[in-house]
Amino acid sequence: MKAWKFGDDINTDVITPGRYTVTTDKKRLGEIAFIEYRPEFGKNVKEGDIIVAGNNFGCGSSREHSPVAIKAAGISAVIAKSFARIFFRNSINIGLPLFVSEDADKIDDGDIVEIDFKTGEIRDKSKGITIKVKPLPDFMQKIVDKGGLVEFLRSDGYDNV
Amino acid sequence: MASTLTEKILANASHQKEAVAGDFVVADVSYAMAHDSTAPLAIESFSKITDKVFDKDRVIIVFDHFFPAPTVAGATLHQKSRKFVMEQNISGFFTNGVCHQLLVENFVSPGDVVVGADSHTCTEGALGAFTTGLGSTDIGGVMATGKCWFRVPESLKFNLTGSTKKGVYAKDVILSIVGDVRADGALYRACEFTGDYVKDSTVASRLTLCNMAIEMGGKNGIIEADQKTLDFLGGRTGKIFKSDKDAAYNDEYEIEVEDIEPQVALPPVVDNVKPVSAVEGKQIDQAFLGTCTNGRLEDIEVATKILKGKKVARNVRLIVTPASQEIYFAALAKGYLQDLVEAGAAVCNPTCGPCVGRHGGVLAAGEVCISSQNRNFTGRMGDPSAEIILASPATVAASALAGKIVDPRDYL
Repeated sequence: MKAWKFGDDINTDVITPGRYTVTTDKKRLGEIAFIEYRPEFGKNVKEGDIIVAGNNFGCGSSREHSPVAIKAAGISAVIAKSFARIFFRNSINIGLPLFVSEDADKIDDGDIVEIDFKTGEIRDKSKGITIKVKPLPDFMQKIVDKGGLVEFLRSDGYDNV
Repeated sequence: MASTLTEKILANASHQKEAVAGDFVVADVSYAMAHDSTAPLAIESFSKITDKVFDKDRVIIVFDHFFPAPTVAGATLHQKSRKFVMEQNISGFFTNGVCHQLLVENFVSPGDVVVGADSHTCTEGALGAFTTGLGSTDIGGVMATGKCWFRVPESLKFNLTGSTKKGVYAKDVILSIVGDVRADGALYRACEFTGDYVKDSTVASRLTLCNMAIEMGGKNGIIEADQKTLDFLGGRTGKIFKSDKDAAYNDEYEIEVEDIEPQVALPPVVDNVKPVSAVEGKQIDQAFLGTCTNGRLEDIEVATKILKGKKVARNVRLIVTPASQEIYFAALAKGYLQDLVEAGAAVCNPTCGPCVGRHGGVLAAGEVCISSQNRNFTGRMGDPSAEIILASPATVAASALAGKIVDPRDYL
């Protein structure tokens, strides 16, 4: 899977401009990810590719359209130095895997990266390095393990936490 | 153990003796809000969990991001949300104001836990409540259960002292803070505003301060409730919590507001803050006064003071969008709206206006807009090559008059 690299403070207006988010159609949202900020993304992204970014990825609006669009575009995970909190919750809730790593910026645009989603091990095959990630807090891991917030609330919900 | 205001509210709402920063809690939610842009996805998630909202009087739906519908796509989303409102018999359904303003006018009380599917839900914390923005699925979950999980945030204290110079307002103060703290400087943390400047401020100005906590990455903005808060609430009471003197803060900022000049935030990010003198003379095409940041009566009042009996420059269109119907009526009664229309303003119905670029004044390629809103991200208000410059209502009004960005102090 190929890495698409972004910088710091990538906001929800550049991920999914408000003018394009008057829809809940996931396929359509997948087509508009980074439509103005990085038009080649939508044309060339392949199923399973990943995004790497700097600090505060997903800052700005609460719009869930942003992680939905990234997931629908085929992105299998986002690795960043840090995430904005609403984007972080939204991604966990809809089942878009996120990894926080101080070393996210060691991965370059176009690098071939392999992720073991079970162990959270990230290997940059182009560079021959392994990136360490911070584990999720237990509470959030429970939601991820259920497959998202809807599934979490449909099963035990808050009864067993 | 000594606690912050935010920790105390979350402990109370989760029925625990105490809640310490870093703890995970499940709290009872006082109100859950979604608007026309975020409600449809929230309803989809809600419907997968259950078929009845936890309390029809505690779920609030507001059409403010594109009302009346400017496109078929928008009308279709409205149709979907209206169906939900009717089926669930939701009592708090509004089309006459910005969601955050309607929440503070009608619902939020001190001590409440309020969540909204809009990032600027941090605004309402100015009434001494814990209020934060969430995404649609989270709100769908709260609509179903009445509960929400939170990681109790560490707090930052902003101690604001003194009084601002003439022509300098709460917006300049918070822009200056965002410029110093930066876009991720308050990530995941509670932003507590305190000090004699805050105590002396109107509730409207306090709302402006808390509104922009999210622009530093903050989880919530919060101000201890006082007599002014209670007066603003009319009959609503709530439960007043105060931070303990020796409560733990991640960081404390001492800010003397008298040192602050009129500020602007230049594109493409909100923390790109400069004194207005840095861009004085820059020609503008649009001036926008409104939003959850600065669409309140005191904002319209200062703009009217500057514009009354004069005409907006020919190269500028001025758009004024009061933040709620209550404010609209108050501004009407005081004659402000007539003065503004006579000066050349287009006064629109109370909504978010063009802030999100979906209706009510979008920008063409290369245009420059000075706005009282809270975000200047690339492409937010229209063409991605348009520039959005954030400023106080006084700077917006004075610039509309001059046709270029000016220091409002020369116009007051």
